[in-house]
Amino acid sequence: MTAGEPALEVESLRVVYGRRDGAVTAVDGVTFTLEAGERLAIVGESGSGKSTLALALLRLNPPPGRITGGAIRLGGEDILALDDEAMRRARLARIALIPQGAMNSLNPVLRIGPQIADALLDHDEAAPATVEARVAELLRSVGLAPDIARRFPHELSGGMKQRVAIAIAISNRPRVIVADEPTSALDVVVQRQVIDTLMAVQRGLRAAILLVGHDIGLVAQVADRVGVMYAGRLVELGPVATMLASPSHPYSRALIASIPTLSRRLERLVGIPGTQPALASLPPGCAFRPRCPAATPRCAEERPDLLARAARHVVACHNAEKP
Amino acid sequence: MNIPLLEIVGAGKRFKRGILGRDATTALDDVSLSVPEAPPQIIAIAGESGSGKTTLARLLLGIERPTMGVVRYRGQDMRALSRETRRRLRRDVQPIFQDPFEAYNPFYRVGHVMMMPALRLGLARTRVDAAAMIAGAVEQVGLRPGEILGRYPHELSGGQRQRLMMARALLVRPRVIVADEPVSMVDASLRATMLEGLRELHRSHGISIVYVTHDLTTAFQIADKIVILFGGRVVETGGAEATISTPRHPYTRLLIDSIPRVELDRRWADTPLAQQPRGEPPAPGGCNFAARCTAVMPRCGREPPPLVALAEGRFVRCFLAGDAARLPARESCGVR
Repeated sequence: MTAGEPALEVESLRVVYGRRDGAVTAVDGVTFTLEAGERLAIVGESGSGKSTLALALLRLNPPPGRITGGAIRLGGEDILALDDEAMRRARLARIALIPQGAMNSLNPVLRIGPQIADALLDHDEAAPATVEARVAELLRSVGLAPDIARRFPHELSGGMKQRVAIAIAISNRPRVIVADEPTSALDVVVQRQVIDTLMAVQRGLRAAILLVGHDIGLVAQVADRVGVMYAGRLVELGPVATMLASPSHPYSRALIASIPTLSRRLERLVGIPGTQPALASLPPGCAFRPRCPAATPRCAEERPDLLARAARHVVACHNAEKP
Repeated sequence: MNIPLLEIVGAGKRFKRGILGRDATTALDDVSLSVPEAPPQIIAIAGESGSGKTTLARLLLGIERPTMGVVRYRGQDMRALSRETRRRLRRDVQPIFQDPFEAYNPFYRVGHVMMMPALRLGLARTRVDAAAMIAGAVEQVGLRPGEILGRYPHELSGGQRQRLMMARALLVRPRVIVADEPVSMVDASLRATMLEGLRELHRSHGISIVYVTHDLTTAFQIADKIVILFGGRVVETGGAEATISTPRHPYTRLLIDSIPRVELDRRWADTPLAQQPRGEPPAPGGCNFAARCTAVMPRCGREPPPLVALAEGRFVRCFLAGDAARLPARESCGVR
C-alpha cells in the first residue's frame, strides 16, 4: 500500500436482508474512509445496522443478508469484485474481524494453540517449523502466558478467550481490524484490560481499526473519529472531540445527552422519547423525524444527504447549522 | 429506630455442587443490609459477575434462603412467616428482573399478565376496577394501554417489556422494588428514560428501591447509598457521592478507573491502569481481593479485614482504612 492511501474506503454501501417484497435495507448508502492507523468508532442503538455494516466489510453477512450495491476498497482494491477464494484469503491477511461474542467463536474441542496455528498456516504466515514460536509470541502480545496454548477454551475466563480472539485477528498482520462490540459480555475491569490490549496491538501493527459499539464511553476512550448510525444510515461522522462536545445531528445530540456520567449527579436523566422505526416501515424523509425535537415540514418530504459541515465532519440533517 | 421493612443480618449463601455437595461455592458471606420503610431510599448494590449481587437480591425477595444468618421482613424471620404475612410480603416487595424476555408467559396476552396480580393480591374487587388500575399503571410508564394490553409478549420490544415489568411493580403499590439489572438489555437512550422512571416511582410514591447493577455510573446517578460487593462480601458502602468521589477500597478504585468515561480529559491512554498481580485464588481466611490488589500486604492473605466505619454510614473492608473504628457486631445504620 502506498503512503497516504486510505486503508479502507466504503462508498454508498447497501446491504439488504430478504428478497423481493419482504426485503429490508439494513445498511443504506453508507460512505466513509478509514486512514491507515486510524481508530474509527461507529455507534448506534440496536437495529441501527452497525453490526450488519461490520460484517459486510468482510463479506460475511449470513443469508438472507447480501450486499446489493456500493464499493468496499481495501488498500485501493474493490473487494466486492474478488471471487470467494480470493476473499477468503483477504480475510485475516488484510482485514480481520473480532466478532461480537468472540469468546464463543473458539472451537470448544480444540486446544488454543492449534486454533491460532490454523490461522497462521492457512495463510502461509508461518512455516510449520516456526509456528509454535509464533503462537507463543502472539499470546504474549495479547498479555497471555504462552502455556495457554495447551488449554481448551472452557478452561479460560471470558477475558482470556477475548484475548485469544484478538491474537487470532492480528495473526496475519491485517491492515484493518473490525471489532464488533468486542467487550460486550465482560465485566468493566476486564473490559478495560482487554481494550487496553487491543489498542496496544493495533498501535503496534499500525493497523486501522473500526470499532462498532453502543457504549459511547468506550468510544470516547479510544476513537479518533466517531460515526453515528440510525436506521441503517450514517447520520453524522466527525472527530471525537467535536462529536462529544458539539454534535450537529439532533439524534447524536440526544444520544450523547442520554449518557450518565460520574462527574456530577443530574437532577433528571433524559432519554430519547419514542423508538427507532422498524426498517421495514421507515417513515418518508428523515428516519429520525418522528422523534426529532427540531423537525420541520421538509424533514417529512425529503431525506437529508450526508453533507460536509466542516473539515472531516459530515452531517445528514436539513437543519444542521451551516458553518 | 423503626423495624426495617427488609433486613439481612450476617447472611451467607453457599451453593452445593457435586456428589454429596462436597464442593461448595460461597455466593454470599456475612452480608448485612437493611431497607427502611421510611424515609424511602434508593440503595444500589454494585459488583461484577460472581460478586453475589443477584443472590442478595433473591434473599431480599424471599425466593432464596440464606445458609447462614437471617433475613427478616418487618422484623419476622422470612423462614417462619404466616400465610397472611407471606402474602403481604408478596405485595410489599416487588421484583423487576433482568431479562424482560423470560419474565412473561408467552401464551398470555399482556393484559392477562397484569390482571392476575391485580385480582390475586386483592388490589381490586372487580375486573372493571382492576382494568382501570392497570390502564393507569401502564400509562405511568409511558405506554399506551390500548396499544399494549391486547398483545402477546413476543410482539413487544425489549424496552416495552421492561417498562411493563415496571408498570406491574407499580400496579401492586409495593413499599420496595428490588430491580436486578433492570436496564442491562436496553439501549442507552431508553436506559436513561427507564431509570428516570424508577426514580420517579421513588419520588412520587415513596417507594424504596434496591437497584442491583454492574454499572457504577447509573448507580451513582440514581442511588442515595451504594453497596459494593466483591466475592460475596461487602467491601465498601456509603453515600453515593462520597463513595464515588473518595473511594477507599482498592477494588472500588479499580472499578471507577475502569469505567469508560465520556469525558475526553479522562482518557485511559493518559491514566494507565495499575498493573495487577496475577495472583493465586484467595486463600481461605484472607481478603477476597488480595490476589488482585495492587496494595496487598502479607497480612491480607492471612486474616480477613474487618468492615471499618469511616464516618456516619460509610464503611470499608480493608486494612488500609486502619483499625480505628471497628464496628460492633450489629450496627444500627444497617450495613456491617
